[in-house]
Amino acid sequence: MSTAAPAATPGTVRAHRLPTDRWRPLEIAFWLVALAAFFVFPQHRVLGSQILITALFALSLDLILGYAGIVSLGHAAYFGMGAYAAGILAVHGWGEPLSGLVVAGAAGAIVGFATSFLVVRGSDLARLMVTLGIGLMLFEAANQLPSITGGADGLSGVSMGKLFGLFSFDLTGTTAYLYSLGVLFVLFVVLRRLVASPFGLALRGVRENVKRMPAIGAPVARRLIAIYTVSAAVAGVAGGLIAQTTQFVGLDVFGFPRSADLMIMLVLGGTGRLYGGLVGAAAFMLAHHWLSDLNPIYWQFWLGLLLVVVVLFARGGILGAIDDIVGRVRKTRT
Amino acid sequence: MVGNFVGVLFDGIAYGSLLFVISIGLSVTMGLMNFVNLAHGAFAMLGGYACVMLMTRAGVPFLVTLPVAFVVAAAAGIVLERTLYQRLYRAPHLDQVMFSIGLVFMAVAATTYFFGPSQQPVRLPEVLRGQVQVLGLGLGAYRIFLIAVVAVVTVALHLLLVKTRFGAQVRASVDNAVASAGLGINVNRVFGVTFALGSGLAGLGGGLGIDVLGLDPTFPLKYMVYFLLVVAIGGAGTIKGGLVAAMILGICDVAGKYYVPQVGSFIIYFLMVLLMILFPAGLYGRRV
Repeated sequence: MSTAAPAATPGTVRAHRLPTDRWRPLEIAFWLVALAAFFVFPQHRVLGSQILITALFALSLDLILGYAGIVSLGHAAYFGMGAYAAGILAVHGWGEPLSGLVVAGAAGAIVGFATSFLVVRGSDLARLMVTLGIGLMLFEAANQLPSITGGADGLSGVSMGKLFGLFSFDLTGTTAYLYSLGVLFVLFVVLRRLVASPFGLALRGVRENVKRMPAIGAPVARRLIAIYTVSAAVAGVAGGLIAQTTQFVGLDVFGFPRSADLMIMLVLGGTGRLYGGLVGAAAFMLAHHWLSDLNPIYWQFWLGLLLVVVVLFARGGILGAIDDIVGRVRKTRT
Repeated sequence: MVGNFVGVLFDGIAYGSLLFVISIGLSVTMGLMNFVNLAHGAFAMLGGYACVMLMTRAGVPFLVTLPVAFVVAAAAGIVLERTLYQRLYRAPHLDQVMFSIGLVFMAVAATTYFFGPSQQPVRLPEVLRGQVQVLGLGLGAYRIFLIAVVAVVTVALHLLLVKTRFGAQVRASVDNAVASAGLGINVNRVFGVTFALGSGLAGLGGGLGIDVLGLDPTFPLKYMVYFLLVVAIGGAGTIKGGLVAAMILGICDVAGKYYVPQVGSFIIYFLMVLLMILFPAGLYGRRV
């Protein structure tokens, strides 16, 4: 899963990346591309905002999967909590987007914190089952409480106010795109700082060797609970965004396919590098958009085949493969 | 009231038996190879479709199709094990999960392509239809048949594992694969044969289950949780654990749906989380 670090040549000490490290040109270019897409493809802004929101959701899973090594099949639980929190708030007359988003994040965080105690203990298999169970339980709960959630028909009548009191959400997705991009960028900057901090390093330590971490004085369970809660909060914000930009919440926000797709995107992009989730989400959503026009069943088949191939031959996903190629080119040059 | 209760209990046991026969292969693969195989239900689906196709297209009687379902699923199991699964035994669990989800997606899409998305019908033989009066209670004849078949399979499996040389090799490999290999056991071959056996049993279960669980292309996804649950609750690698877990699940699910239908599947998911918290390694599990 982890990419091998290049062997340090004797005499040079590879400086450890501290939180003060600079933004690389490639990173800046990445965000400029995301901004440029807004102007280049004005007719695809709705799809674009969906991609950005999914990217945020994938980012949240990367925090626990890529950095802390927690395999989760039920991350949609927190996405769904955020979506319903923001949606229900708007249905009852609170249409202000930013405060709704804060509530969505809080809803995700509260449920995430409460369930983190169940998740952090146990083996991979137990975690898989518990996360799966939490997701399915919330799905059933939402299904059985139509008076609050609208049940299988979904929550309709979500009416959003104007962003900053100026920009209204319309069908072209103009506001939605910039709003999603803004939220994604702000959270990304925060999380980029977080994973580079000593706290982030401790998480990587847990992922690499969970038995050795207590020996150097790191409280493993507390670290995992903290990152799980943060991750759930980010997932909640992503859910809130989807509710606000589409002005509808369906039961599928809690569905197992959403959790499974999310994991696929992240693995496709590459885990444990933040950008992997973003790239994976974009690649997955674009491929889905174009291929499922042909036939939804074919799409599922090719997706399955792609997964098998990625696992067998391209460990580390898209970004891992790019790293590999860049590494080889550099080697031949020197 | 008492009659009702016995009826529910009986249906639950029949349901549990079915879950057991499908999941036992998964339990052994997880215990033996430590492989998280989410695609196990696909083998059951394959067995089910083999049954249906033989019945509807070739007119073979139901009871004759069951051994064929076993053979077809076992053959598919050994081919996939030798070519693909084998490469991932030492891979991280995440890779195994992604790989097997990929297999499930391909199986679902391919099945839809060839057989269409609808439910497949099954024609049970006359003998197995209707009810049988036992001590004044009307019990489904097919359910009695199910329980009987699974009882025979369980006894046969037990004898295979406890009384034969191969069984001893399997048990040794589950306990410690490295030491077993050191003692001259061909662990690799044991893995392959066990995987085929487990897939075959899943196929048999898929065929047996058409009448109870239904059969359509989403079968592997729909019941994935149940199969995983049997293994996770029972503890990987034990027959006894799997049997107990399958019975608990079967009875709770049927009773829950009968007595409190309004909460739906909630009970089973709640039970799953609860049991996973109380017994992280399963009821009879040895590893944590």
